Amino acid sequence: MSAKIVRVELPAHLRTLAKTGTEIRVEISGPVTQRSILDALEAKYPMLCGTIREHDTHKRRAFLRFFACEEDLSHQSPDTPLPEAVASGKEPFLIIGAVAGG
Amino acid sequence: MSSVRVLIGTRKGAFVANADGKRQKWNITGPFFAGWEMYHVKGSPADPNRIYASQTSGWFGQLIQRSDDGGKTWDVPGGAPEPKAGMQQGQSNKFQYDTSAETGKPLTTHQWYDGTQHPWEFKRVWHLEPSLADPNTVYAGVEDAALFRSTDGGTSWHELASLRGHGTGPQWQPGAGGMGLHTIILDPKNPKRIWIAISAAGAFRTDDGGASWKPTNKGLYSKFLPNPTAEVGHCVHHIAMHPQRPGVLFMQKHWDVMRSDDAGDTWKEVSGNLPTDFGFVIDVHAHKPETIYVVPIKSDGEHFPLEGKLKVFRSHNGGTDWEDSSQGLPQNNCYVNVLRDAMAVDSMDDCGIYFGTTGGQVYCSPNGGDSWAPVTEHLPAVLSVEVQTLK
Repeated sequence: MSAKIVRVELPAHLRTLAKTGTEIRVEISGPVTQRSILDALEAKYPMLCGTIREHDTHKRRAFLRFFACEEDLSHQSPDTPLPEAVASGKEPFLIIGAVAGG
Repeated sequence: MSSVRVLIGTRKGAFVANADGKRQKWNITGPFFAGWEMYHVKGSPADPNRIYASQTSGWFGQLIQRSDDGGKTWDVPGGAPEPKAGMQQGQSNKFQYDTSAETGKPLTTHQWYDGTQHPWEFKRVWHLEPSLADPNTVYAGVEDAALFRSTDGGTSWHELASLRGHGTGPQWQPGAGGMGLHTIILDPKNPKRIWIAISAAGAFRTDDGGASWKPTNKGLYSKFLPNPTAEVGHCVHHIAMHPQRPGVLFMQKHWDVMRSDDAGDTWKEVSGNLPTDFGFVIDVHAHKPETIYVVPIKSDGEHFPLEGKLKVFRSHNGGTDWEDSSQGLPQNNCYVNVLRDAMAVDSMDDCGIYFGTTGGQVYCSPNGGDSWAPVTEHLPAVLSVEVQTLK
């Protein structure tokens, strides 16, 4: 299977932390899932480890959500294949911070 | 000529203030980590260019930041895509409680507000204490209360598990602000001796480099406890020590200012004539071990100064006798608080005293408390203040 280039958008604070622009691209070799995207993201930007999902358990942090193709995918299994539009790079995988706080 | 660098942690970022030895004109840089809670920023005594910072967020959790150039630039240790030899990647914010039988008694719960047992859950790093001798060794006091140590410049962390495992851990209970380990004091004359303090568990000491710990709360009296003189459960707010006299400790407790002359084995009250002995900060003059400072706060229910007057009180005899030492501080309509890690002293010949407020002011007295002037006045709420004296 050839590698796919997936587009990912991070919340502003994580873009600053990773020293990236609005959208970043990661290369995925196998199925495109939440897990494979986050694995690739953390490998490319190790400073993001623990900021999107917990160490070890890989549980999504409570105040973050995963959106794509106008759907909330946060409660899907991390191993569920993402929509083809994400896998093909047509649509970005969005990591969104809850609107809260002051 | 010497200069000073003040490291300021706030609710919305970190700031660095620099001044020459006169400490009258300040150059402020920042915000660093804008928008994040910066619980503590502290420099290494062994290498002043090495600074550690605790960066936290309800959204993204804990991060550790490190500067190797005196606060000009910062990086997450082990955060670079290309790993350095032997460096663990992406582990600098991994604070994993050690429950293994090999390193301490397995301990997974503490007392909750309703008296039931509650799982130990990592929330954030409250305090970073760099080693006195090694820039790569740093201690972290965390919530839920535990002590961690890194020996690789903050790249990875390991718990000193025998603190939680020494026996009283299941009795520890969070205060209103959480169950944080907020004070870490390293003995400059005995590398194996460390004091720590936890809200609301009390003070503890190790004499063997962290292998074993004991509560050091004898003499504390807390009327909110079923047994006011219990071995643990006291809400210690902060402890200070003069480096030349490590057997003498000063404590600002929830209520009461306390003093120990035997390394914490026993305490006696030295609140003396303070107008109120509630408060959070306490510190010791750099050259006068009996001169100490507190900022009296009205009460546990009203976290602001008495009568809207921001006052520092100074004692020249280690407590007991206190004098108002507030010249230059606001004396009208001031209703800020001064949090436990928000006071520091420099080691210039004329000792400078610093503190920050929840109203975003940072004040400096370049003359040991005789008079005060603002370093800066409009920051986010100040969580911590540390100062480095630079040669």
